[in-house]
Amino acid sequence: SVRCLSSTRNQSAKKSRATLGNSNARNVVLVEGVRTPFLMSGTQYKNLMPHDLQREAIKGLLKRTGIPKDKLEYVVIGTVIQEGKTSNIAREAALGAGISDKTPAHTVTQACISSNQAMTTGFNMIASGQMDTVVAGGVDFMSDVPIRFNRKMRSLMLQMNKVTNLPYFSKVKFVKHILSNLRLQLPAIAEFSTDEVMGHSADRLAAAFGISRLAQDEYATRSHTLAKKATEEGKLSDVLEYKVPEPVTSDNGIRITPMEKMAKMRAAFVKPHGTITAANSSFLSDGASAVLLMEEKKAKAMGLKPKAYLRNYTYMSQEPKDQLLLGPAYTTPTVLEKAGLTLNDIDVVEYHEAFAGQILANLAAMESDYFAQKHMNRPGKVGAPSMDKFNLWGGSLSIGHPFGATGCRLVTTCANRLKAEDGTYALLAACAAGG
Amino acid sequence: MNTLSKELMEEFEEVFNEIQRNKAVKGAVLISSKPGSFVAGADIDMLKNAGGEAETTELSKNGQNLFNALEKSKKPFVAAINGVALGGGLELTLACQYRIATTDKSTNLGVPEVMLGLLPGAGGTQRLPHLVGVASALDMALTGKMIKPKKAKKMGLVHHLVEPLGIFLALFYPFLHKIYINFPQTITIPKVISYLLKFGAFEKNFFNKMIKGKVMKQTNGLFPAPLLIADVIREGVINGAEAGYKAEAEGFGKLSQTNESKSLIGLYDGQTHCKKNRFGNPAKPANSNLIIIIRNIAVLGAGLMGAGIVQVSIDKGYNVVLKDSFSPGLARGQEQIYKGFNTASKKKKMTTFERDAIMAKLDATLSYDALRNADMVIEAVFEDIDIKHKVVKETEAVIPEHCIFASNTSALPIGDIAKASKRPEKVIGMHYFSPVDKMQLLEIITTDTTSKDTVASAVQVGLKQGKLVIVVKDGPGFYTTRLLAPTLSEVIRMLQEGVGPQKIDKLATSFGFPVGIATLLDEVGIDVAVHVSEYLGGVFGERFAGGNVQVLKDLVARRKTGKGVYMYSDAKSKNRPVNDTATQIFKSFELEPVEAVSSDSDIQLRLISRFVNEAVMSLQEGILDNPLEGDIGAVFGLGFPPHLGGPFRYVDLHGAAPLVENMRRFEAAYGAAFTPCPLLLEHAKDSSKKFHS
Repeated sequence: SVRCLSSTRNQSAKKSRATLGNSNARNVVLVEGVRTPFLMSGTQYKNLMPHDLQREAIKGLLKRTGIPKDKLEYVVIGTVIQEGKTSNIAREAALGAGISDKTPAHTVTQACISSNQAMTTGFNMIASGQMDTVVAGGVDFMSDVPIRFNRKMRSLMLQMNKVTNLPYFSKVKFVKHILSNLRLQLPAIAEFSTDEVMGHSADRLAAAFGISRLAQDEYATRSHTLAKKATEEGKLSDVLEYKVPEPVTSDNGIRITPMEKMAKMRAAFVKPHGTITAANSSFLSDGASAVLLMEEKKAKAMGLKPKAYLRNYTYMSQEPKDQLLLGPAYTTPTVLEKAGLTLNDIDVVEYHEAFAGQILANLAAMESDYFAQKHMNRPGKVGAPSMDKFNLWGGSLSIGHPFGATGCRLVTTCANRLKAEDGTYALLAACAAGG
Repeated sequence: MNTLSKELMEEFEEVFNEIQRNKAVKGAVLISSKPGSFVAGADIDMLKNAGGEAETTELSKNGQNLFNALEKSKKPFVAAINGVALGGGLELTLACQYRIATTDKSTNLGVPEVMLGLLPGAGGTQRLPHLVGVASALDMALTGKMIKPKKAKKMGLVHHLVEPLGIFLALFYPFLHKIYINFPQTITIPKVISYLLKFGAFEKNFFNKMIKGKVMKQTNGLFPAPLLIADVIREGVINGAEAGYKAEAEGFGKLSQTNESKSLIGLYDGQTHCKKNRFGNPAKPANSNLIIIIRNIAVLGAGLMGAGIVQVSIDKGYNVVLKDSFSPGLARGQEQIYKGFNTASKKKKMTTFERDAIMAKLDATLSYDALRNADMVIEAVFEDIDIKHKVVKETEAVIPEHCIFASNTSALPIGDIAKASKRPEKVIGMHYFSPVDKMQLLEIITTDTTSKDTVASAVQVGLKQGKLVIVVKDGPGFYTTRLLAPTLSEVIRMLQEGVGPQKIDKLATSFGFPVGIATLLDEVGIDVAVHVSEYLGGVFGERFAGGNVQVLKDLVARRKTGKGVYMYSDAKSKNRPVNDTATQIFKSFELEPVEAVSSDSDIQLRLISRFVNEAVMSLQEGILDNPLEGDIGAVFGLGFPPHLGGPFRYVDLHGAAPLVENMRRFEAAYGAAFTPCPLLLEHAKDSSKKFHS
C-alpha cells in the first residue's frame, strides 16, 4: 500500500567526492524549485481554484530562473483530488502561466507522491534523451473538493433529458424520486482496497511499533519548532509571494503548541485510546510547487546554474492494510544500494511527515532486526538516519501537506539544505496511500 | 488451540491465589500467546473421561466455584480476547471484571455447548442473562452461534474493542499488554436486566410457549439440551443465582450422560479426525528433488458442481482454470462463482476489493491449452464413462507429468475411469456434494493403483478447501452413494405402497433427517437416481431391491421443468404441492402395503435400517477405513440424523440386537433387502462389541 520515492543527488563539483555520474548517461539537474506558501485549507486561498495555485508556482519558477517561456519543452504536474473542470490541470496551469500553447502537458496521480511521480517522469524524459527542459510540479487544494450526488441520483439526473415529454403526474413522481435520493458523497478518504482510513492505519502502526503518544507529540513539536526557526531565518527561500490579491508570504500552519495542551487533545481516529491527534498529524492544506529539470549541458549553455544532480530513485509497494505507511523504511536501503552509498554518506535527509507516529514507526522499523528479516528479506536491520540530518527545516507536519505538492518541496528543500549545510548527498523518501 | 484442561484449571487456581496474596499485584490481564485462539473451550477428553452424572456435575461445580471466586476478586481481571473465546473460554471471560476484544476476523465469542448436546456449565447460563439480557442469552445458548466482535460490543458482551495490530503482533507483544492494561479505567459495566420477566404471566408465556415452542419446532424435540438450557436460564432469572447455579451444574451432569450428547461429541471427534491428513505430506518423487505442492488447479466442466469446486478453490488461494466446451455454459459457471463472492461482499463478509482479488485467480477458458501448468485436474463433466474416457485422454495430452487427475463422479468406479489413463497412479476420485460451497463433506476415492502421494495431495487440497475429508476405497457407489441407493429404493417402494411423499418427508424429518427423503429424491435429481439405482441394483442384486425403478423412469419421461415428486412453481412458497403426474405414476405401480411393517415407526426404521446395514457392510468390505469416517460421511454428506451421531454411533448407542430383530421382521415381509450383514450380526450377538472405542 505504500509507494515511495527516494532520490539522491550531489552538489556539483564543489567537493572532491564523486558526483555519481556515469559518462554514458545524460545528467539530469535541478535548476530551481519554488512553491506557493502552504496554507491551511479554508483560509486565504479558499476562493481560488487549484490551477490558480499551480499557475502561480510555474510563473514564479520562470521568473526566478529567467528561462525564456518558449524554451520549455514539457510540463508534468501531480495532483490527488481532481477538480472536475480542470482534469488535465497541468495544461490549464501551463497555458495560464503563459507557456507556449505548443508545449504539451500532462497530469499524473499517485497519492501523496504525485509530484515525485511528476519529477521522475520528467527525469526519465531527460535521461532518455527525449527532452532537455521539463517543468514538474504538483498541487492540491482542499478548500474545495468535488462533492457528488450519490450514484442513484446521478443516474436519475442523466436520465433527466429523456423525461421532458412525460405527463405531469410522472414528472411529479420523478421529482419526488429525486428528492428522496438527495444524499451527497464526499471524496473517499478511506483506502479503496481495505476500507480503512489512513489515520486509523497510522494509529495501528504506531501501536504496533510501541510509539507512545508523548514521543509523537514531541516529534510534532520538533517539526514545528524547526519550521518556525527556518522560516524566521529566511531559509525557506523556495516560498513565493502569492497575491490573493492581498499578499501571502509564508506558510500559516506552523504553530508551537505547549506540550500540556497537546497532551489534552483527543484521539482523532481510534477513539478514545488512539495516540494520533490533530496536533501530531499533518493537516489539510492548499498549495502548489514546481521545479525546473534540465539536461546539465543544456542548462549550462543557457547560463543557468544547477542546484543539484538527480541520480537515483525507486518506488516500492507493500500490502495495503498493515504496511500502508512504511514506504520510507523499504525504499531507503534500496535506493542507497542503487547509488552505491550508505546512510553515513548522506548529509541531508528529508522524509515526508504524514503523521508523527508514522515517521517514528518507520525509524523503528529501520532499527529492527526482526522487521528486516521478516518483512524486508534482509539479514539484519538497515539502520535509521540520524536526527542531526533529518528534516532540519521542518516537514509536512508543520509546513503543511497539499498532497500533490509535497514531493517537489522535499526535493527543493534537499537541494537548498545541501547548499546551506555544505553537504554532498541528500536523500528523500515518502509514503503514499494505496500501498 | 487453547483448551481448559484439568491441569490448566489447577494452574490457573494457583496463579489466581498468588495474585490475591501478592500485594504488589494490582490487577491481571488474561491473554493468549496464540494469535488466533483465546480459549476454545473445555478439553473434550476431560469431559469424556469424567465418568458418570455425579462426576460431571462435580466438574461443573468446580468450574463454577473457580469462576465465582474470579468474579468476586477485589483486584480487577481483564480478559484480552484475540481469536476464539468459546464455551468455557467465554465463561472464563464472563467472570472477569472487564472484557476487551480485538476486531480481528479470528475473534469470535460464543457458547456452542448445545452443539455437543451439553449446556454452558461454568456459569454461562447465569452470567449471560445479566450481561446481554435474557433474550440474547437464550439466543446464544440455544443456537451456539458465534458472535462477532462488533456485535458483541453492541450487545454488552464485551466492554471495549481494539483494532488488531496486524503483522507486527508477535514482535511487539509487550506493548499490547500495556495498551490493554491502560484501558479499564474508562469502562463502565452495562447492566441489562429484563424487568418484564418478573411478571408471572409473561414469564410463563415467554419461556414455555415462545422459547420452548421455537426449540420444539426447529429440533422436533430430538435434542434434550436446548430445552434444558431454557429451563436452567429461567431458573437463574426467576429464582436467583443460587438456584440457577445448582440447576446449571445438575443439568450439565444430566446432559453429559445422554446418547444425544455422546453422538454429538462423537461427531466432533469425527470432524477433528477428518480435518487431518492421515496420509501425511506428499513425499519427494524418486526422480526429482522437488516436492510437488499443488498451486494450480484446473476444473473441467462449468456446471453446478464444477463452478462450486472452483469457488471453494480460488477462495483458498488456488489459481484455477475453469474449462468448458461451450461458451454459454462457461459464462453461467463464472456467474455462479461471482455471485457467491458478490453476496459475501454485500453481506460485508469481505470487501469488494477482496472479492475482485479472489476472482482474479480464475481463468475461464474453452481451450485445453490452459491446462499446461495444472498440478491437479478435477473433472466434473457429464456422468458417462465414454465421455470420461475421452476427457482423460484429452487432458493427459496436455497436462504435465506430475499432474493429478481427479474425477468428481458420484457413482462411476474410479478404476473404470482410470482404464483410459496412461498413469493410473495419478488418478483418484474427489466426490464433492452439492452445493459445494455449503456442503462440508468431500469423499476421496482411491483405487488399488492410486499412489500414496496422490492421495496425500488430494486430501491436502480438500482440507485447504475447508472440507471434512473421508478417504474410501473404490467400489460401486463408493461409500455415500452406495448408502443412498437402498434408501431411495425403499422410498420408491413406500410411494408405490401409497405412503404419500409428504408423509414420508414428515416421518424422515421428525426422525432427524434435515431434508425429507422424498424431497431428497428431487434434489438428487430423478434422472441421477435412475442411473444410480439401475447401476448399483445391477451390481448388488436383490439387496438393493425395493421399489420399481420403472417408476422413476416414467417420472423422468413425463417430467417437466420445476416438477419432480413435488411441483416447484413458486420458489419462495413453503408449501409445495405434490406433482399430480407423479401421484398417477405411483398409482399405476401400486403395491399392497404389508400391514405388519407399515406403522410410522416401522417406516422410519425401514429407511434407517437399510442405510445402517449398508454402512456396516461398507466397513466389513473394507470400502471404509474406519467407522469414524463412516459416521462423518453419513451425517455431513447424506444428512443422517446428527443426534444419532451416524450409523456406527447409532448401532453402538442404541444396540445392534434390537436393530437386527426389527430387520428380521422386515426381511420376512420383503426379503433379502433387509438381511442383516455378518458384521452387524456379530455386534448383535455380542453387545460388548463396539465400533467406536
